[in-house]
Amino acid sequence: MLNISDIMQTVNMIDHQHLDIRTITLGISLNDCAHPDIKKCAAKIYDKICSKAARLVSTGERIEREYGIPIVNKRISVTPIAQIAASCESNDYAVIGRALNDAAENCGVNFIGGYSALVHKGFTESDRKLIASIPQTLAETSLVCSSVNVATTKAGINMDAVALMGKVIKETAKLTADKGGLGCAKLVVFANAVEDNPFMAGAFHGVGEPECVINVGVSGPGVVWRALQDVKGQSFDVVAETVKRTAFRITRMGQVVAHAASKMLGVPFGIVDLSLAPTPAKGDSVARILEEMGLETCGTHGTTAALALLNDAVKKGGVMASGHVGGLSGAFIPVSEDEGMIEAVKCGALGIEKLEAMTCVCSVGLDMIAVPGDTSAETISAIIADEAAIGVINNKTTAVRVIPAPDKNVGDSVEFGGLLGSAPVMRVNGAKSDEFIARGGRIPAPIHSLRN
Amino acid sequence: MKAVMTVTAQDRVGIIAGVCSLLAEMGVNILDLSQTVMQGIFTMTLLVDTSTSTHSFDEIRSALIGRSKSENLNIHIQRADIFEAMHRV
Repeated sequence: MLNISDIMQTVNMIDHQHLDIRTITLGISLNDCAHPDIKKCAAKIYDKICSKAARLVSTGERIEREYGIPIVNKRISVTPIAQIAASCESNDYAVIGRALNDAAENCGVNFIGGYSALVHKGFTESDRKLIASIPQTLAETSLVCSSVNVATTKAGINMDAVALMGKVIKETAKLTADKGGLGCAKLVVFANAVEDNPFMAGAFHGVGEPECVINVGVSGPGVVWRALQDVKGQSFDVVAETVKRTAFRITRMGQVVAHAASKMLGVPFGIVDLSLAPTPAKGDSVARILEEMGLETCGTHGTTAALALLNDAVKKGGVMASGHVGGLSGAFIPVSEDEGMIEAVKCGALGIEKLEAMTCVCSVGLDMIAVPGDTSAETISAIIADEAAIGVINNKTTAVRVIPAPDKNVGDSVEFGGLLGSAPVMRVNGAKSDEFIARGGRIPAPIHSLRN
Repeated sequence: MKAVMTVTAQDRVGIIAGVCSLLAEMGVNILDLSQTVMQGIFTMTLLVDTSTSTHSFDEIRSALIGRSKSENLNIHIQRADIFEAMHRV
């Protein structure tokens, strides 16, 4: 028989510490859906998604019941649409966006990701058409998520794409102004995007992926926070060990669920993404973990070191618990989705500059950050360029998901509701970066990209 | 299917009898049981085998949830593999 305290520990993690599976994401290849007639292409996409993902939600719910673990989201990721739509003789890719949304609604999933383009080295015609249609698609649909990869360590940074994405983000905010610029919460600009990320808004089904695959994202900041409360005042050796042990348990749960889902759906298991993904709920915050290590407020001096330890220990604990670890794997620091981060911004302890430093050591980037509505496209592009540089030079994924909140200024807040939370509008540097962004071209790949 | 059940409640007479007779009625076999009272809170864990029952897992789960509400108990039933995975290397 299992130990009674081990059993009660697991039950408490689920009941009181917000332990959950954040997402089961079914990746679906749409490579066989290309067609010169965009309406036929959209119909093929709709049919394929509906047939492959028909049982995804009911299977997720069955696992929830049998294992007693909440699975917060069931999602779908698809091949980047810019590649599938390349053979369409049409400029209006929004047709496909609507088909994706309809398919997601039909399957009952929370989000569908993959309205995406990979342009780190340059644009195809199709990439340009897709990027041009992003604002309209995000305004017209509710479940479609979009991402654009503008840089990789191997290719450098496509500064034309960086410039373009600043404008796309502004336009998306404008078209969804009635919802506080909500469209921008569904749009991620990546450097070194990964092909098997199960988390939104950046999930897409990479070109090297199989026909269908199950990727699972675990969560559990609340569990780590609670575990650290038991080692108050002890050395960082103990802190790191405690995080590792906790991450191991969380990831094992993800592994069991991933295998169950894979077996029930008859779809191969891809990876477990062992990310600490916060929610706006109290006690489910990454910021509070950092504060538990001894910081008065997240954002003060020492925050970057605390996050570096956390991110590394999560990976070390998780990697042994799963056969295949992938995705983003680490700690997320989305501002609007983390109760502690929101508080830290509101009290002035956390600004964009500190968040940028934190992205050097966490698993993603500047995430769910609201900036004043009058922030220029060039400034947003420059923020993207900085993040891309951090990703490219450090050989890691970075991302930017900023919301230039229409008609809002520093001190205001934007409410997105649900897991997207509430974003306090943050100050950006007022000095212009216009001429820097206007140069265009490519920032070359760093010397350490030449590893062969 | 092997499942782990946990029952917690304010301690009183008849909790084990109530839960175990419900399991017996449904044909669920109890493989192991351990019980303690911690600071007045009754805590019981059971390892059960649902394959001996003619009822589905969902039906057993629903019956237990129904009983937990009517008798003010906190009952969980979860497949055992999750605990083995989380607490054994």
